[in-house]
Amino acid sequence: MQLGVQLLQYTLSGITIGSIYAMVAIGFNIIYNATGIINFAQGEFVMLGGMLAVYLHNTLHIPLGLAGPCAALTVMCVGLLFERFAIYPLKTPSVITLIIITIAASILFKGGAMFIWGKDSFILPSFSGDTPINLLGATILPQSLWVLGTLIVIFSALMGFYKFTIVGKAVKACSYNRRAAKIVGINVDRMVLLSFGLSALIGGTAGVIVTPITLVSYDRGSLLALKGFGTAVFGGLGNMGGAVAGGLIIGLLESYSAGLLSSGYKDAVALVILLLVLFFRPGGIFARREEHLLKAY
Amino acid sequence: MEEKRKPGIPEQLPGISKRKKMKRRIKTPLAQASILFGAAIAVIGIVRNPYYVGIIVFLGINLIITSGLSLLMGYAGQISLGQAAFYGLGAYATGILTTRFGLPVILSLPASILFTAGVAFLVGKPTLRLRGHYLAMATLGLGEIVHIIFTELIPLTGGPSGFGNIPLITLFGMELDSDIKYAVFVWAIFAFVLYLCLNIIHSRIGRALKSIHKEEQTASSLGVNTARLKLSIFVLSAGFASLAGFLYAHYITFLSPGSFSLNFSVLLVTMVAIGGMENIWGAVIGTTVLTVLPEYLRFFKDFDILIYGFILITIMILRPEGLYGIKIPVGRKRANG
Repeated sequence: MQLGVQLLQYTLSGITIGSIYAMVAIGFNIIYNATGIINFAQGEFVMLGGMLAVYLHNTLHIPLGLAGPCAALTVMCVGLLFERFAIYPLKTPSVITLIIITIAASILFKGGAMFIWGKDSFILPSFSGDTPINLLGATILPQSLWVLGTLIVIFSALMGFYKFTIVGKAVKACSYNRRAAKIVGINVDRMVLLSFGLSALIGGTAGVIVTPITLVSYDRGSLLALKGFGTAVFGGLGNMGGAVAGGLIIGLLESYSAGLLSSGYKDAVALVILLLVLFFRPGGIFARREEHLLKAY
Repeated sequence: MEEKRKPGIPEQLPGISKRKKMKRRIKTPLAQASILFGAAIAVIGIVRNPYYVGIIVFLGINLIITSGLSLLMGYAGQISLGQAAFYGLGAYATGILTTRFGLPVILSLPASILFTAGVAFLVGKPTLRLRGHYLAMATLGLGEIVHIIFTELIPLTGGPSGFGNIPLITLFGMELDSDIKYAVFVWAIFAFVLYLCLNIIHSRIGRALKSIHKEEQTASSLGVNTARLKLSIFVLSAGFASLAGFLYAHYITFLSPGSFSLNFSVLLVTMVAIGGMENIWGAVIGTTVLTVLPEYLRFFKDFDILIYGFILITIMILRPEGLYGIKIPVGRKRANG
């Protein structure tokens, strides 16, 4: 019985971390789908979201309900500016240049955050109290429910956006074939801009939601980005449903290995999975055999 | 330059001037490497101050890594974000072998390089078969895993606080115990590495690599084994990084995980990119700038990272081919004779 409760506890915390990875992975996928770029600054969007929320709430004393959305929207603006000033001006960039630019941007965001807020860790108060909810002997923090809920909202909103709105369909068309999309009159440049904004918005939201649990500091982004990236590859780059499933699986594995094996190596779990998937199933675990052959890896 | 020579025209034109002949002779890899080595010796001789000579040692070590990385980025068109891990693997391998197992330095050198090259082979083999930039991601993951192992495998690595007492190198009965001796040693090795790289670039392999970078499908249809070539260059660059790690370990004689983080990998890529990926001399310039510059940026202390980021993004947007070959009036005058 004791072990059962413990396992349930690990499962709950695994789902919480997994939801965060899933949100980061969705951010990766949006930009990847629209442009084919792996945005190495994705983790910094999350960090910025958390930092801005902390600044707005703790320093400017704006109520949390307003500070959170404001922070997420500001991060979206950062994403838009990043695309306009760093990605858009390039005429015919090589992939290697694009990788280096997003790396440079991540350095810049990280350095900027350190310049403004210093090296300390900050925390936000939980959105709805700190009283743990009892669940069959295990406990779950209300904030964890917020994280899971946000993931569900983001995912369904995104699916709805892709399926039912004309802009969403246009973005999807760009991800299938940019040239063809251009020919049928889709403004590809605008879709790319939109994707960066959307991805930054989701990253920023994730940052706001998760800060009450994990704290935030200027260098929090890189590891989160790496694990989120591992998640995205695990679920198949560009596959939104895969990102959610992959995030939950990786979160659970990480939580179990931290609890049952050793907590020191828990950060390595997602990365080892990343390597294994790249080696054996580069299309992600959900890709069918034909898809492996069809896609040009 | 050599590829541009049209077939059928004899190498020595009758009217060729002595000056041009001289220039051509200077362009051989051996001559270039020795000139650089000579210049380094001269600088070391003039500087003398142990602190500055220390910087020159680090410059040599960084250059060994970035020349390999430059081959990978500029010539094979792939990017590795795990060079710091290979550097660390080389350093930790020799450190552990010499202190924990009492292996002589002369044996730990090949052992640590072979070990690192083996790891690189295992990572590169499956990922370089794929098109696109899967190597960047795989090496990024590898770098973080290696860093975690350095921190967590306490009985072997000493964990976060590291371990020391790594023996100095003894060469021909002389212990390399001063900065000046070590600087000369490191630069001799770098000159050899550079000679090797230049030879590769000017060989058939170098031209094949360039063709991969430009147009992979065409290259492969013309019979270039692209995956194998990329893999060899990747393993070679990891070997160079490991060699640099070996030199670092026996110079500092103390190792801790902090020196081998993702930040250092990114810094190495920055060095190559700022100088210019298309040419190995670009890497030399970029590395020199980014190794020496921080000494003058001391008053910015922690904010150097902000400055690097800014420099990098500016150069990538305005001049993606890097600093190398920027035409400044002085240079042009000299080129025109």
